[in-house]
Amino acid sequence: MQAPETRTARDPLVIAGRAISSRLLVGTGKFTSPEVMAEALDASGAEIVTVALRRVDLDSREPNLLEFIDRERYLLLPNTSGAESAEEAVRLARLARAAGLSDWIKLEVTPDPKWLLPDPVETLRAAEMLVKEGFTVLPYIGADPVLARRLEEAGAATVMPLGSPIGSSRGLKTRDAVAIIVEQAGVPVVVDAGLGAPSHAAEAMELGADAVLINTAIAVARDPVQMARGFRLAVEAGRAGYLAGAAGPRERAEASSPLTGFLGEGG
Amino acid sequence: MSFREHLLELPVDALVARARDASEAEVARALAAERRDLFDVAALLSPAAEPFLEEMARLAHRITVQRFGRTIQLYAPLYVSNECVESCTYCSFAIRNRIRRRTLTVAESVAEARILTGRGFRHLLLVSGEHPRIVPPEYIAEVLSALHTDVPSLSVEVQPQTEEVYGEWVRSGAEGLTIYQETYDREVYAEVHPRGKKRDFDWRLETPERGAAGGMKRIGIGALLGLSDWRLEGIHLAAHARYLMRRCWRAFISVSFPRLRPASFSIDPPRPVADRHLAQLVCAFRLFLPDLGLVLSTREKAAFRDGMIRLGITQMSAGSRTEPGGYSAPEETGKQFEIEDRRRPDEVSTAIRRSGYDPVWKDWEAALND
Repeated sequence: MQAPETRTARDPLVIAGRAISSRLLVGTGKFTSPEVMAEALDASGAEIVTVALRRVDLDSREPNLLEFIDRERYLLLPNTSGAESAEEAVRLARLARAAGLSDWIKLEVTPDPKWLLPDPVETLRAAEMLVKEGFTVLPYIGADPVLARRLEEAGAATVMPLGSPIGSSRGLKTRDAVAIIVEQAGVPVVVDAGLGAPSHAAEAMELGADAVLINTAIAVARDPVQMARGFRLAVEAGRAGYLAGAAGPRERAEASSPLTGFLGEGG
Repeated sequence: MSFREHLLELPVDALVARARDASEAEVARALAAERRDLFDVAALLSPAAEPFLEEMARLAHRITVQRFGRTIQLYAPLYVSNECVESCTYCSFAIRNRIRRRTLTVAESVAEARILTGRGFRHLLLVSGEHPRIVPPEYIAEVLSALHTDVPSLSVEVQPQTEEVYGEWVRSGAEGLTIYQETYDREVYAEVHPRGKKRDFDWRLETPERGAAGGMKRIGIGALLGLSDWRLEGIHLAAHARYLMRRCWRAFISVSFPRLRPASFSIDPPRPVADRHLAQLVCAFRLFLPDLGLVLSTREKAAFRDGMIRLGITQMSAGSRTEPGGYSAPEETGKQFEIEDRRRPDEVSTAIRRSGYDPVWKDWEAALND
């Protein structure tokens, strides 16, 4: 657990012992072309980039999505999107490892195709299995503080609560629950899904989230590159606001008889 | 990461320095902050915060009422033995003292417990001196087994044990563990524990974690105020409580603030803590950790305890005896310390009601222990 008192000016994000240079994580789906995606990644300043395993075709002759992602520069984070059970997610993770992509896995188990909401039971089961197999597991979850603790106990490297349903761009609707997760977590908290504008990302960071993951909001913007830059700045701004320790609004004193009268003077 | 390791990462020196010389601006920030960190706690413990004690009290009062309601939980200590092999300079039970020693039989413990349940108590704290041969873990387990059908909530305050022993005690009916570090000041700790197994500061420091790992559902920690600088103790206790609340998240965590009193068989407190400073400490804890249990025992005077009810205290003992067998036959064996609030439990209960609070005797059901 990182105590707030130990944060320094350099303030790196550390996931599973690795220092990560940017608190903005970016997804690679929904872009109009791989070239635009590559440019947006560059503008975002992100170090961690997620890729849906189901979209990667390692055997195809067509240009592969992965060819547009500089593996020297970015840490590839394969995700298990499409998995509907723990077993399916584990199978995908093993595939990613066998293909030499990564031991880091963004765990997504979403049996509900409409909202793509994560299944808490299967996600916990999958995390337990994957940790046992030596994967570094970053699970996507509903903003459930108890589930976050159970996953931390199971050895997850982060927890990734959603801000609102994936792709919905509705912002941090789970604010109060995320605040509890942040307060309790001993691993980094990455707000994932639903953040639709830079101001949403800034809000999550000000709340004390360690990072955010953005995909749709950048990919479907009129100018994805400009939007990537906007999110980069918003994440930095929100983090600075959090570290600076904003004072809340001052409470007004209520007039009533003093509570400390029984102590007497100097007693 | 254990608390011992966590403590190594904290900027303890800077925090203690802040607690001694915070500025008024730092106090103002700490008062107004939505979330508070240990630097805020330090500011609230500082001399600069003293003029703001009434404001701290109002905030602490409001937070406590919001989180706990107007309730005070009542418990009673049940001393099962005053045998001790330790050398603590501040304790009457220490091996050097010629006091009348006694260890209750299981039947005698049950008799004591029946007196306490007859007075209304449903939460008892079993206390013993530290004597591994006369008071072994198996004995405590036996007492717990004998009591747990009559007493829904049983906590234990005896020498540090392994996680396995705590697991055994939980299976025997224990639900809570109380263990005070005595002092978080390593130098003073070494001075006041000149000999014996208790010299192992770190083994004691990590005891609450082992208790929680063994299945204890309530964990109480504390420092004996008066041994070292109370501000230093406050910083460490706050860090410890926060650590436990995060790490041992299935357990309810509470902190006690026992003040060392002058007593016939112990040293006088080298660094006495004034009433106002104890109040400041309690309020700072409430502002830092809204859901933390805060305990004030009968070591404190009645009027002071009555006043502290509205400043954030959530648990109190009442009518306590600190010698084994003291409820059946008072004053026949050696006491651990003199109590100051000598009111009967029903008188304490009445005083709590008069303050507009509800005395809570029972807040656990034995069926939850299985």
